[in-house]
Amino acid sequence: MTRPTPETLAHSVRRARPATEPAAAADPATTPRNGSAPAVRQPASAQVSGAGSLVRSLEALGVDVVFGIPGGAILPAYDPLYDSTVRHILVRHEQGAGHAATGYAQATGKVGVCMATSGPGATNLVTPIADAYMDSVPMVAITGQVARPAIGTDAFQEADIQGITLPITKHNFLVQTADEIPQVLAEAFHLAATGRPGPVLVDIPKDVLQAPTTFAWPPTLDLPGYRPTLHPHGKQIREAARLMTTARRPVLYVGGGVLKAGATEGLRRLAELTGIPVATTLMALGAFPDSHRQHLGMPGMHGTVAAVYGLQKADLIVALGARFDDRVTGRLDSFAPDAAVVHADIDPAEIGKNRHADVPIVGDARHVIDELIAAVTTEQAARPAADLGDWWNQLDDLRQRYPLGYEEPADGTLSPQYVIKRLGEIAGPDTVYVAGVGQHQMWASQFISYEKPYTWLNSGGLGTMGYAVPAAMGAKVGKPDTTVWAVDGDGCFQMTNQELATCALEGIPIKVAVINNGNLGMVRQWQTLFYGERYSNTELGTHKHRIPDFVKLAEALGCVGLRCETAADVDKTIEAAMAINDAPVVIDFVVGKDAMVWPMVAAGTSNDEIMFARGVRPAFDEDEL
Amino acid sequence: MTMHTLSVLVENKPGVLARVSGLFSRRGFNIDSLAVGETENPDVSRITIVVNAESSPLEQVTKQLNKLVNVLKIVELDPQVSVARELLLVKVRADRNARGQVLETVNLFRARVVDVAPDTLTIEATGTPDKLDALLRDLEPFGIKEMVQSGTVAIGRGSRSITAGPALRAA
Repeated sequence: MTRPTPETLAHSVRRARPATEPAAAADPATTPRNGSAPAVRQPASAQVSGAGSLVRSLEALGVDVVFGIPGGAILPAYDPLYDSTVRHILVRHEQGAGHAATGYAQATGKVGVCMATSGPGATNLVTPIADAYMDSVPMVAITGQVARPAIGTDAFQEADIQGITLPITKHNFLVQTADEIPQVLAEAFHLAATGRPGPVLVDIPKDVLQAPTTFAWPPTLDLPGYRPTLHPHGKQIREAARLMTTARRPVLYVGGGVLKAGATEGLRRLAELTGIPVATTLMALGAFPDSHRQHLGMPGMHGTVAAVYGLQKADLIVALGARFDDRVTGRLDSFAPDAAVVHADIDPAEIGKNRHADVPIVGDARHVIDELIAAVTTEQAARPAADLGDWWNQLDDLRQRYPLGYEEPADGTLSPQYVIKRLGEIAGPDTVYVAGVGQHQMWASQFISYEKPYTWLNSGGLGTMGYAVPAAMGAKVGKPDTTVWAVDGDGCFQMTNQELATCALEGIPIKVAVINNGNLGMVRQWQTLFYGERYSNTELGTHKHRIPDFVKLAEALGCVGLRCETAADVDKTIEAAMAINDAPVVIDFVVGKDAMVWPMVAAGTSNDEIMFARGVRPAFDEDEL
Repeated sequence: MTMHTLSVLVENKPGVLARVSGLFSRRGFNIDSLAVGETENPDVSRITIVVNAESSPLEQVTKQLNKLVNVLKIVELDPQVSVARELLLVKVRADRNARGQVLETVNLFRARVVDVAPDTLTIEATGTPDKLDALLRDLEPFGIKEMVQSGTVAIGRGSRSITAGPALRAA
């Protein structure tokens, strides 16, 4: 097998800008998480095409990489890109470009950028855009559009992508003239990165890309209707602090907003200052160290018994950058019936959306947490805080009686949980783990210990199967010196594995652990539990027929393919993969199909109905609390 | 459920109406009436939306509306301290025999005749939805051939005014 080296592949991506042109992008701008607009550079102005203006704008915004595929309408943009300092990574499907931009953004905190042509190119971005919208990921998608005179005529490769993405973008633009390109780009990046982050789409007609214009930088932003509230209201903070020092059964319910705001250090100080138990959602894993004594684990459908009951029996829930998602609350009307709620979020529309907030706080999580620390300190100085000893005793008892665990499969097959657990232990807390969606995602959330922020990437809100491989690719591009493991299922993997070709050719050595149980495992689990074991259309044939053979597939895509079928081989296979750093690696872990994700709160039921294992409800003395 | 009248000031840009109306349908709200027009500032349009909703879901949709980048300001108009008007154009059957009675009704409601044909009169009327309903009830016996109604437009009473001024300047 021949594999191109990164050096030989550096042809177009590191092509030096001709010396005559001013180097607009000397040092890559760092966009602070949730912070101010991307850095602007020294004023510059030049006669260029709209496409040239687009590429110059990307450079001026500090963009170092764009994931995309060219095509008719976007083609003018690819000509100046050829000479740009911006690295373009040619993906194999636009969905891959979108998820790669998301993975890049999630891992680095910078805005991820993807590019596609009009029509099918743009519609292929719809899934990753919706995914980024649900998970509040800063992303800018740039699409070509048919020329202005052809808009509305059902022209070849025409799709109204602005209309299509209205409900799934934070904002979108259809550029009308070449002169407005720098301003629109700057506004798009500002919107994507600030406030509650999210995807922004910029649709540019082909004739606008071709039109002559003057590139001038920096442009003036004109967003009169956009004023995110960053600083919380002092009165609400004081009220929250009062509740936090007087509650007897408080819980900090931490969501992805804390990661977006870069507030993890503050969170730790706040938690340790108050002694309040912490539950981190699926989107927030890594925001608080899993190994910390105060960490109850993840709440929700497949959360820990301690976290689920902790929230359920709390007398105070302090929600920080979390949104009371149905996967967390279970049946809403029976969720945490005795809890007062302090709800802090940068998005006012999240507050009170699902659960009434007794103390609403609008603000950036970093400011909110910093001000809470100050206010709690003042409260504590004024009067002794409530004793949480009884509460901790109850939670510790639950943690001890109902830890996360699994049983070895009775049929002697390899246990998927064991594979994932060992992967986490061998790859360690500095690795970035990227999951697809399904059983493997839940096991990866449960059995890998996340100690550091931005080490866990997944598709939480939209639940996009196929997220892992392209998102891992994006994460690896953003953090080339970090080991990036995709933990994928055999179903998910077959949706987007074509991007392994991109990884192999572009020198992006990600590692993929395919947890291959031969089935759409999570759907199968529901069929086992709720559909009388009638396995309608969940058997994928990856076991029975070994179609596809993931080892051969990996090799065909320019990767190293390994297979592991026994517990005894798990460590050495993972170690073999860890030793390969010049190519992507895929391990086909052939695991049993009957393993299930536990604990579980069945959809639509109350969190009180949590099942610890099949047919096992936690013995929980209601009178204790 | 109660009727709420929202005045939404938006940037006067293409596609903004689609963003606003799309948000209502996406979040499961039926718009009872909608009217759009320019304001004293040509860069700003004003959308008057009448929606039938409980106050808590209305608060949610208002917050979602506020998140639209092109939305500058939202004010709910209290019916007690605001003036709300609709415009009605109605073509009524009015032959020689009926014409006198139709004109009498028109005068009673302080409406106007804007077009005359041998067997019809076209009437223009403005007023609250209640007044226009009453007018239509009275015209119905003559035979309504065609009618068209605008959405409600509304404005607060008194000297205070709603503007997007500070917001626009903040840019």
